[in-house]
Amino acid sequence: MTPPPSPPSLSVRRLAYAYPDGTQALFGVDLTIGRGERVALLGPNGAGKTTLVMHLNGILTAGHGTVEVAGLPVGKDTLGEIRRRVGLVFQDPDDQLFMPTVREDVAFGPANLGVRGAELEHRVREALERVGLPDVADRPPHHLSFGQRRRVAVATVLAMRPEILVLDEPSSNLDPASRRELAEVLRSLDVTVLMVTHDLPYALELCERSLILSGGVIAADGPTREILADDALLAAHRLELPYGFAVADRPS
Amino acid sequence: MGAGHHHQLYRPGDTVVHRLPPQCKLPAVAAFAVVVVATPRDAFWAFGVYALLLAGVAAAARVPARFVLRRMVVEVPFVVFALALPVIGLGARVEVLGVSLSVEGLWAAWNILAKATLGVVASILLAATTEPRMMLLGARRLRLPQTLVQIAMFMLRYMDVILDEMRRMRVARESRGFAARDVRQLPVLAKSAGALFIRSYERGERVHLAMLSRGYNGSMPIIDDVGASAASWAVAAVLPVAALATAALSWSLS
Amino acid sequence: MHVPDGFFNAAVSIAAGAFAAAGLGVCLRRARRELDDRTAPMAGLVAAFIFAVQMLNFPVAAGTSGHLLGGTLAAVLVGPYTAVLCVAVVLLVQGFFFADGGLTALGVNITLMAIVTAAVGWFVFRLVVRLAPRARAAIPVAAFLGAVVSVPAAALVFTVLFWIGGTAPIDISSVALAMGGVHVLIGLGEGLITALTVSSVLAVRPDLVYGARGLTAPLVLRTAGGDTFVAPEPPPAPARSIRPLLVGGAVVAVLLAGVVSFYASSSPDGLEKVAGDKGLNAQERGHALGGSPLADYGVKGVGDERLAVGVAGVAGVGITVLAGGAVFYTVRRRARQPAKAGA
Repeated sequence: MTPPPSPPSLSVRRLAYAYPDGTQALFGVDLTIGRGERVALLGPNGAGKTTLVMHLNGILTAGHGTVEVAGLPVGKDTLGEIRRRVGLVFQDPDDQLFMPTVREDVAFGPANLGVRGAELEHRVREALERVGLPDVADRPPHHLSFGQRRRVAVATVLAMRPEILVLDEPSSNLDPASRRELAEVLRSLDVTVLMVTHDLPYALELCERSLILSGGVIAADGPTREILADDALLAAHRLELPYGFAVADRPS
Repeated sequence: MGAGHHHQLYRPGDTVVHRLPPQCKLPAVAAFAVVVVATPRDAFWAFGVYALLLAGVAAAARVPARFVLRRMVVEVPFVVFALALPVIGLGARVEVLGVSLSVEGLWAAWNILAKATLGVVASILLAATTEPRMMLLGARRLRLPQTLVQIAMFMLRYMDVILDEMRRMRVARESRGFAARDVRQLPVLAKSAGALFIRSYERGERVHLAMLSRGYNGSMPIIDDVGASAASWAVAAVLPVAALATAALSWSLS
Repeated sequence: MHVPDGFFNAAVSIAAGAFAAAGLGVCLRRARRELDDRTAPMAGLVAAFIFAVQMLNFPVAAGTSGHLLGGTLAAVLVGPYTAVLCVAVVLLVQGFFFADGGLTALGVNITLMAIVTAAVGWFVFRLVVRLAPRARAAIPVAAFLGAVVSVPAAALVFTVLFWIGGTAPIDISSVALAMGGVHVLIGLGEGLITALTVSSVLAVRPDLVYGARGLTAPLVLRTAGGDTFVAPEPPPAPARSIRPLLVGGAVVAVLLAGVVSFYASSSPDGLEKVAGDKGLNAQERGHALGGSPLADYGVKGVGDERLAVGVAGVAGVGITVLAGGAVFYTVRRRARQPAKAGA
């Protein structure tokens, strides 16, 4: 990895965290994601993926260590700007789409930033166009298909013009067509993407680079193709490719 | 109570009634209901005028009678109650078809049926011509407490989601041979209710996180707004003013 | 259970509306303390939950079934103030979107089904929890008793309102008997399902049960000198538990005083008769005068000013509160007698 010239989109240093009940979930996470990269964060259930994600926009506050987004450290006084820079897409789009119409939902984020009027309209239209759904603005979210709802959820954070897009299990519950459509949308975006998933083929399809989070630390960091070809590494962290799936050009 | 499909309550259209700003329609309907309730029950003709007024609104909004009648089933429990009044009522009695009925009871039954029916029809027309979210916008324009309007907004948004969860739980129960026959099955139903509460509560927490993630700082931004011209107010006032004139006449006559 | 338009006369409808508005105002402020900036989404989701469980029919006895009102359940699960807001929003949505419950009866419906059930249910619940030797184990029992009492309590308030301004000619004592009898049965069903639901939540996520806050088991400290117990972090003190009842009671008194004083000022003997004969004679007297005196009174006595207010809509509510409050202080003594007789 050559270090990027400008500050990286995301830089996490020695991040440790324990829940109030004493359970420690993160044990010193170190990772850097350069501007424009698309990175997959892989890991078994209970590895601390969601806990890590909650630190990226300051919903949880680090017990130890730092998180920086494009050079800005996450802290109490920077929360507003941090939440603009980090766009979090939740696993269940119904949690994310809480307003009566798609348009109001997409506008919610930028409106909280003080954007109003024509500029707000423009942002909404632009975000919906980027996810390929320019015509759904006036529909209520619950009238959309599940795949459409997930793309609208992506639009709600794109409207905030984030530095980095963080997706939690983006492919879960999608039918094959919706899965492909979402992949096309993600590939067309010019923002940094961190994708939290255990859908290994999807990671391979979309991300050059992958990290494995296991036991609260980063256990592996490298090109997705190489990581997925390492059977021993995958097995050690309870990750499995689907039956019959083989990574091409496997180095032997 | 009409299932969870609140979108079926609304009949999309582009009529003068549909186009009226919600902040004009809401007080108009509420005022109409107050005037109806304040009308003396022996002014039969006044209730006829009210019914004609509502029929006029329905015609202008192109809401078919069939739609209104079907939705009027919510009234049924009180029709039953009202019909019982002449039988159990006190005071002087008359013989009708061999049944001894209370005169006061008959009056009371008429009073409740007439006023409740007019109120229900007015509400049905309001819901049929106003999108739920417009209703919320109108409530906000009318300066109803912000928090209350927002609670209603979240409730309307997640009503179907939660009813769906409840339906899935029922299917899961019934596909394992469960049927609620008597009190002994209550614990099973209560477990479902408990699970439903936990899911609702946890979803509430996740929604709150999703809001925080997009810069929510305790107050909802005003994204959409609808203005109301003096003309809109005047149009909306036709219904309650006509009703008030009718009522005023009935008071002076009684 | 949802009262439609035309059931109560205009005076009671408007006064109950004022009471409901005042109660909601108090709850809005207090709920912010229970939930801070999470109020809107959390209460919204809980309201949707209440709406859903109200559709859950449960068998009461052979052939009949009831459904939950949910006031006490909500109070125990999320706190009394939030509970009132949730149930009130459910009623508002049912009134405006489903035409279920009259718009002019919204005040009565919110008073009965949101404020009275939540306040009474929560009061009884706290009382039992406090008196019980083992508070934690007592929670389902307390929830049961709270819910059992809350339903006939709402029925009782309904009867009192009906006695003041009902439009149907039924003997007040038979209304009280019928309402009371039926609602004790309904209350038992409500109590059972409330208790079972609370205990099922308690088994899985005890931290979510508002009424169980501060009742977690003590922590054990193992030291050389043996085990010592320490209380976990002090509870966020639900000690103001009687407040909703006090506030509620005060406003009910204002409401009663406000409405009753209308009659008191214009026809004091009529009031005495109502108090003395439990409303039976008042109806007949009214009948003799031609038409319901109460319904008429709502029009003539209250006058054009009040009607104008009604037309102006929501604004009238505030004026009624002020008027009712002012009247309350002047006719306090007189108001107490009929209120007692009604209960």
